[in-house]
Amino acid sequence: MKRVDDIWKALREVMDPEIPTVSLVDLGVITDVSIDENGGAFVEMTPTFAGCPAMDYMKRDVERKLTELGFEDHTVEMNLRVPWSSNRVTEEGREGLKKHGLAPPARFEGVLELTVLNNTACPNCGSTDTELKSPFGPTLCRSLHYCRSCGEAFEGFKPM
Amino acid sequence: MTDNGPAAERKAAESLQPDVRDALKRLLYRMADDDLIIAHRNSEWTGLGPTLEEDIAFSSIAQDKLGHALGLYTILHEELGEKNPDAIAFGRSETEFTCCHFVELPIGDYAFSLVRHLLFDLADQLRFELLEDSSFEPLARLARKVKGEIKYHLFHGATWVRKLAAEGDEESRARIHTAVREAMPYALGVFEQVEGDNHLAEAGIFPGEAHLCELWSKAVAAIFEDAEIPMPDISTLEPATGGRVGHHTEHLAPLLKEMTEVFQIDPSAEW
Repeated sequence: MKRVDDIWKALREVMDPEIPTVSLVDLGVITDVSIDENGGAFVEMTPTFAGCPAMDYMKRDVERKLTELGFEDHTVEMNLRVPWSSNRVTEEGREGLKKHGLAPPARFEGVLELTVLNNTACPNCGSTDTELKSPFGPTLCRSLHYCRSCGEAFEGFKPM
Repeated sequence: MTDNGPAAERKAAESLQPDVRDALKRLLYRMADDDLIIAHRNSEWTGLGPTLEEDIAFSSIAQDKLGHALGLYTILHEELGEKNPDAIAFGRSETEFTCCHFVELPIGDYAFSLVRHLLFDLADQLRFELLEDSSFEPLARLARKVKGEIKYHLFHGATWVRKLAAEGDEESRARIHTAVREAMPYALGVFEQVEGDNHLAEAGIFPGEAHLCELWSKAVAAIFEDAEIPMPDISTLEPATGGRVGHHTEHLAPLLKEMTEVFQIDPSAEW
């Protein structure tokens, strides 16, 4: 008999389609997992950005994983019950972002001040002597930065 | 599922009085149409931006706006029984659109597109902030979601407007000032009074365009002061209205033709 824990464990193997070092669980987009009385699996997800085209792929990958696990009867629902925030990215997820060359998002409490972007720590050398080049990058969740210390341009995962 | 699930939401929409329901639909349509049309306009900078970063910025903002339009059309479809989002976005005629004239205008020069994006996003952000407390929960949830995204748009718009108007040279300052003069009457058209909005205020769904306009004017004045742009006396301006009742500028029809060209070849195609 498969349990809810088995689903969570399996979802840790489903990676972000654009950041292959971060699982969907560590990205914080899985908001609920349950199994009903007839053995059907239910996974609830929340989108990172409303216009992110990768969300459809993530949903499809979760459905595939549930089928692989043996849940022929499964439902994956994307909704806004729990709004996504970059604070939902786990420690492991932050490490995964760095491995992919992305600066992890600044953690924040209450209202986020975007001035934090001005001194994002460089994922290459760790220096905070950096500058924000643009709050928009190659995907909706990334910003562009330059490190004055090591002279490298880098991307950051946006705090939100 | 918890009792906050979709079933409970549908019940909430079904329990609305018919006049409240109609007014809510009108609110969702005009918000979504504004976002869709400005998304299309902003996307016209893709490949043409004055710098690579600005090309990416306008393209990203366009993509976010498209996401917001999709979120609003989805509420119309799932909660209020309207057609599916693609059919709504690509299958309606010009007179069925209720976007404001401001978003229809061509992109003009970079200064105009920048000023429009700042003034529009400011109105959008303040609107979603009001809607966070809306009694219509699906809209409140979407509002809580998108305001974090629009925050980045405003950060971008205000930074560049200040750079060009307060820190730039004579030409950049003159271009921003001209863009502000051109944009202002159209920006005021965002807040066109719509019949039935009083029902939304009474139902605790949305407090109304006049209130929003007041908040917006104050916020614009603060941004302009920071960017050393003289604040126009908006009481002397004639707002460009008519969009909310389906009367549009000559710019909307060609935009729709271009935007829906592929969809119209085969409206039932699976993408």
